[in-house]
Amino acid sequence: MTEPTHDLEAQFAQWRQYVERRRELGPADADELEDHLRGSVDELVAAGLHDDEAFLVAVKRMGSLDDLSREFAREHSERLWKQLVLTGGTPSPAAGVRSRRDLLAMGICAVGAAASIKVPELFGKHIAHDGAFYGPNVGLLALVWLAGFLAWRRQATTAVIGVLAALFALGAVAANAYPLDENSQSVVLTAIHLPIALWFAVGLAYIADDLRSPRRRMDFVRFTGEWFIYYVLIALGGGVLIAFTVGTFNAIGISPETFVSEWLVPCGAAGAVVVAAWLVEAKQSVVENLAPVLTRLFTPLFAGVMVAFLVAFVVTNDGIDIERDTLILFDLLLVVVLALLLYSVSARDPLAPPGLFDKLQLALVLGALAIDVLVLVEITGRITEFGNTPNKAAALGENVILLANLAWSTWLMVRLVRRQTTFATLERWQTTYLPVYAIWAWLVVLVFPPLFSYL
Amino acid sequence: MKVTKDLVAASATPMVLGILAEADSYGYAILKRINDLSGGELDWTEGLLYPLLHRLERLGHVESRWQSVAGERRRKYYRITDTGLAELADQRRQWDTVVGALTEIWRDTRPLTVFPLGGNA
Repeated sequence: MTEPTHDLEAQFAQWRQYVERRRELGPADADELEDHLRGSVDELVAAGLHDDEAFLVAVKRMGSLDDLSREFAREHSERLWKQLVLTGGTPSPAAGVRSRRDLLAMGICAVGAAASIKVPELFGKHIAHDGAFYGPNVGLLALVWLAGFLAWRRQATTAVIGVLAALFALGAVAANAYPLDENSQSVVLTAIHLPIALWFAVGLAYIADDLRSPRRRMDFVRFTGEWFIYYVLIALGGGVLIAFTVGTFNAIGISPETFVSEWLVPCGAAGAVVVAAWLVEAKQSVVENLAPVLTRLFTPLFAGVMVAFLVAFVVTNDGIDIERDTLILFDLLLVVVLALLLYSVSARDPLAPPGLFDKLQLALVLGALAIDVLVLVEITGRITEFGNTPNKAAALGENVILLANLAWSTWLMVRLVRRQTTFATLERWQTTYLPVYAIWAWLVVLVFPPLFSYL
Repeated sequence: MKVTKDLVAASATPMVLGILAEADSYGYAILKRINDLSGGELDWTEGLLYPLLHRLERLGHVESRWQSVAGERRRKYYRITDTGLAELADQRRQWDTVVGALTEIWRDTRPLTVFPLGGNA
């Protein structure tokens, strides 16, 4: 058997690359097919053809890669369902070691998160009684482990780790330094906004390996969406588990309520924070991102609802009755619309020209913008009334922030649909606006309580 | 001569099992043997052979191993198993039945002439 020439080897390598890109063909199949090809080429060379002629003929005889893949797919249909292989079964031993280390780190952080929820009990704080302590702190306790896991995965520099530590220390101070009563509005606001503020600290850990890049920030947005969906799925599964635990143990006369409410639920919820993040990291590009799929589904539905609302508003001509609760409702509407926009931005091909879906989105944001302007017009006369408690001030402030984002995004979308700008400007606007949310969250946590006299 | 796809597909399993019952072999050699046996008439594609080999392995009729024979590349060799031999015997019985019936029919009819076929073959 003659030694193949360098050019022939290069052609084999290129052919090999094409084959490996097909998911119907595993690495072992690629080896087998390569051996077959080499056998063909050897025989043709022995028959008198030159190396490159032999390669061409052999590849042609093998048939098109599409047909080959289709036949393989019929036999190996399970390969078409992208199977998430978390540990073991990895193609290379180095990858196997890395995934086992990941698993170990995840285990440590998840157990740490679960344990740290219970640690305050050593100091006399009980989850059922001390709502004022647990409310703001539970997010802190769970998220610090998540930030640690991500910082370890990204091999963050000491500078980044220092900043992270400072942020979490600041969060701990904000959660505990102010004398907040359990029933006060401020404690609820802190309990909601501190995790948001600390989530952006987690984001810093996430982008620790490439701090400047806007792409990494968009990656963090994608991570957030997927993490949320996986967390909800784990929570639903956990709910089923709890239902069965309570039911079966009750049937044999043991009442597991205390165990469930004091151990299973809090520790499970905290541990799941880290587990969900690890799943998102492990899946990478193997599993399709779910958030953009849901976005595609819900954007037309929400657009329809908002257009219907505007039509009804015009027809009834009654005005909107704005109380604090309705303002929060409209805040949440804006959050949903911006999330839909953000997640479709995260999955859209930046080079594709504007299409029907973009026009649908434009309808969505225009509808939301119109509704919010109506809401704000309604309460302009009552601005002072809306500024005197922390809840009202927070609701109003959030509305203004979201409105600013929405307004500029609408303007950019109009220009996008009229082909006067590229998609990249919209993406850049969304990623640049992210720190605004972070700043607002820290503001609510640090400044509001003393500003409103711990109301 | 063109052999219909159905006929090629039906004869695929007994053909491959029969070849492997003679001796252990690998994909390229099996294809060559089929080509020789049929005098060049049967020209299987890789898309037919390799998924078939994988299915036979999944059903337990053959087993595979990677090895390098002296002086050759490392390649995947297939070996027929006991269940494969049983399956081969069963297929042979089926084919003997069909071939026997066809031989009877063709022996009794006139010698082969070309009939202008009006309908589908």
